[in-house]
Amino acid sequence: MPFSINETMGQYSELFMLLAAGTYTVAFIAFAWDLAKSSKTLRAVDLKAAELSGAAEADAARVPVGVGAAAAGADVARSDADVSGPAGRAERPTSATSRRGTAAGAGQTADGSMRYAGERRAPARVAVALTVLGAAIHAAGVITRALGAGRVPWGNMYEFLTTGAFVAVAVFLLVLIRRDLRFLGTFVIGLAIIMLVAASIAFWTPVGHLVPALQSYWLIIHVSIAVMSSALFTLTFAMSALQLVQSHRQKTIAAGGADKLGFMRLVPNALSLENLSYRINAIAFVGWTFTLMFGAIWAEKAWGRFWGWDTKEVWTFVIWVVYAGYLHARATRGWTGTRAAWLSIVGYLCVVFNFTIVNQFFNGLHSYSGL
Amino acid sequence: MSERVNEKKKSPKPEAVLPTLGPLGMLRWAWTQLTSMRTALFLLLLLAVAAVPGSLFPQRPANPAIVTQYIKDHPDYGAILDSVQLYDVYSSAWFSAIYILLFVSLIGCVIPRAIAHYKAMRSQPPRTPARLSRLPEYGTLVIPADAGIPASAAITDAAELLKKRGYRVDVRDRDGARPSLGAERGFLKEVGNLVFHTALIGVLVSVAAGGLFGYSGQRILVEGDTFVNTLVGYDQFTPGTNFQSSQLQPYSVQLDKFDITFDRESKGKFGQPIDFTAAVTTKENPDAPAKKEVLKVNDPLSLGGTSVYLTGNGYAPVVTIRDGAGNVAMQGPVVAKLQGENYYSSVVIKVPDAKPEQLAFAGFFLPTAFVTDQGVSFSGDPELINPQLTLNSYFGDLGLDAGSPQNVFELDVKKLTPLNARNLDTKGIVLAPGSSYTLPNGKGSISFDGVKRYIGVDIHHNPGQLYALIFALLAVAGLVTSLYVNRRRVWVRTGTHEDGRTMVEYGLLARGEDHRLAGEAAAIRKLLSDDWLLGDDAPTGSQPAPSATADNDRADTAANGASGADASPEQPAEDFIQSTAGSSESKKDQ
Repeated sequence: MPFSINETMGQYSELFMLLAAGTYTVAFIAFAWDLAKSSKTLRAVDLKAAELSGAAEADAARVPVGVGAAAAGADVARSDADVSGPAGRAERPTSATSRRGTAAGAGQTADGSMRYAGERRAPARVAVALTVLGAAIHAAGVITRALGAGRVPWGNMYEFLTTGAFVAVAVFLLVLIRRDLRFLGTFVIGLAIIMLVAASIAFWTPVGHLVPALQSYWLIIHVSIAVMSSALFTLTFAMSALQLVQSHRQKTIAAGGADKLGFMRLVPNALSLENLSYRINAIAFVGWTFTLMFGAIWAEKAWGRFWGWDTKEVWTFVIWVVYAGYLHARATRGWTGTRAAWLSIVGYLCVVFNFTIVNQFFNGLHSYSGL
Repeated sequence: MSERVNEKKKSPKPEAVLPTLGPLGMLRWAWTQLTSMRTALFLLLLLAVAAVPGSLFPQRPANPAIVTQYIKDHPDYGAILDSVQLYDVYSSAWFSAIYILLFVSLIGCVIPRAIAHYKAMRSQPPRTPARLSRLPEYGTLVIPADAGIPASAAITDAAELLKKRGYRVDVRDRDGARPSLGAERGFLKEVGNLVFHTALIGVLVSVAAGGLFGYSGQRILVEGDTFVNTLVGYDQFTPGTNFQSSQLQPYSVQLDKFDITFDRESKGKFGQPIDFTAAVTTKENPDAPAKKEVLKVNDPLSLGGTSVYLTGNGYAPVVTIRDGAGNVAMQGPVVAKLQGENYYSSVVIKVPDAKPEQLAFAGFFLPTAFVTDQGVSFSGDPELINPQLTLNSYFGDLGLDAGSPQNVFELDVKKLTPLNARNLDTKGIVLAPGSSYTLPNGKGSISFDGVKRYIGVDIHHNPGQLYALIFALLAVAGLVTSLYVNRRRVWVRTGTHEDGRTMVEYGLLARGEDHRLAGEAAAIRKLLSDDWLLGDDAPTGSQPAPSATADNDRADTAANGASGADASPEQPAEDFIQSTAGSSESKKDQ
């Protein structure tokens, strides 16, 4: 072994992880506060607008989702076009659906482009700042872990979870640069906290060497791509879940029902969510294809066969097929929209199952949980 | 089809009766159903579901012994699961049926699409739609009358620019009153799609070929042993369906030394092996020069078209056994099978050559023996700190003379008489290296001479795997191409206004998902206005699309709601330039 274990670094790493989890917790509260506050503000704006315009709202009443005031006349029509079709059908994503979203008068929310609007949301800004801080501390934790062990920090369940949580947050922050996905904050940060806590409590493993089977450069390639794809799948899972809720809400409101899910005003309309999650899923699917292929190449090198239906291989295959089904569903009449979202959710549940249950309870060649 | 006609003649009242298809019609119907996207999607999802049981139940190809044990442990449903092939999921009739149907469906989908795409690649872009304003991206430009660019020149310029941008361009009616052009690019998208799906077939065929012509086997090598690649050289051999023993090249591998490094640093993993290194001497064939090589996990040897993998290891205590007559009946290393922590291993020694009675020993080998207060022995460390052999001994007929094969790691004691055992007065045999023990009743003796290490190697030959890799790489290349190349159509139409200005309108249409169509429209707009020095950067004159529903049947309904709101008063949404062409292109759902 070229490197020796540095226990001190390992202890620093654990301290950083704890600090990161604490910072994330505050960020989580800020994200939740943002949702609650914005929802309240928007509701107030809505009520006021409804009083003012009264019957003028009638023509926009088909689906007044996400558009607070009658001032956003053109956008009402646009939103209409987005959701008024049968639930199973969605338009192809051309820019026309989202281009003018930012012009919305009340600011907001169901802006399909997911670009940053002019309005300042103080709690959300605080939350993002705290997330950046937490991610920096988290990065320090991951790096010190790597230094302590003298290798890449993904050799057992503890390291998968801590590094995976970091990658999920980092990918989220990277996407935030381009798109206003702050409405996903509670979800992503909440998940990162759960992962860090689970790692520290249930899967804690001190710094150690790798078993010989993992000593290969393929560990770096295969696992890093798998972790990154999983992080992307995490984002799309959240978006697909919100898509289902939003599409239900849009239908309820269109049918004249009451809007019971006020916080969903911060979330773009179902179609925009679907289109963006499709784009992210496409990237993640290519990543997962590489995970599968590189895994096969490594399996050939380590075990003498590139495919042997080991439990982990089975589930990696199942995930690949489900997301392949998702991509096909988007091109199949009657399978877009809600059904595709369900496939995306099922795919992610398989990812989680593969990561947790299969790693721990299924016997196979991939039993490296380190427990 | 003729049958169908007859049917109709027979029925006196053809009121709302579905036409009978007949056998040919049925086949055609079935084929259409099978190759439809919906069926393919269904089969794909079914494949995912069908793969799951293989991870829930033990599988024969992975380990037949566990399956046998599982059936024994679950007498209520173990056999039922076997009858529906749940222990051979990936070779089962139902799993095969799903993937074969899926691939037939895939072929039935790929071939017509390939033909259609070949035709599309050779044909001109579709004719200019009558109302470009109905396209998802639409815009207009106005060239002042004093610029000296007539309609025909404008269309030529646009054609040049689009060609440079990678479009295939076809100019129509260049010198007419309303010249137009149709342009298309991104044919690689469908090519990528077809390559991806075809490559998947290639992967499947490669895997099948590997199963037909490949072989694999296992062998245990104690330090000093030599493996020769012939059928008798293997402990276990699994040939492919079309395997011939002449395929085996008689190379040899001798295990010189095997070293293990154990983790002595970390507390949690103390004693965990962190490195296995086997020093071997190889010969490509019996006459070739010997070569020193190192065999490690993740670093197989390549010899004679096969790969040799290090897959297991353990201790082999060396013993000498003398029979009742005082002759050496057996001498050498005995492979101890791993049972528990720290190389706690089981040992079975069968001595059929012992006379007058055959002898047998069964027990345990511990590299670092410890005994608890309760008398339970365990191994405290993986290295040879306090090696110990603990054995029971038996005599009698081992049943080997009958010729029926036996597991070398198991001893059937039913027909044997115990000599030494914990519950007998003679007690069990406990040996340290260098010590020996004389069996009771003058049956012989056993001495523990030392300990060697052994390794387990897997030898694999799979002629299909290189092709599987090539096809998999092709598939990925196709996948990326099909996801990230966008197929787009652009139409431009020009005309001359009554006051001499040259009016230009353009529209874009994407085939399939394309979230960057607006960017492309803006880019083309910029190219055109730069070329004509219009200085029109802000797309104020541009009209947003009347609908977001590109090639989608819903366009009509959605467009009615939206187009009115979006049309700016200066530029009417319809008939910006009076069209002479027919109706707009019919929109196909892909």
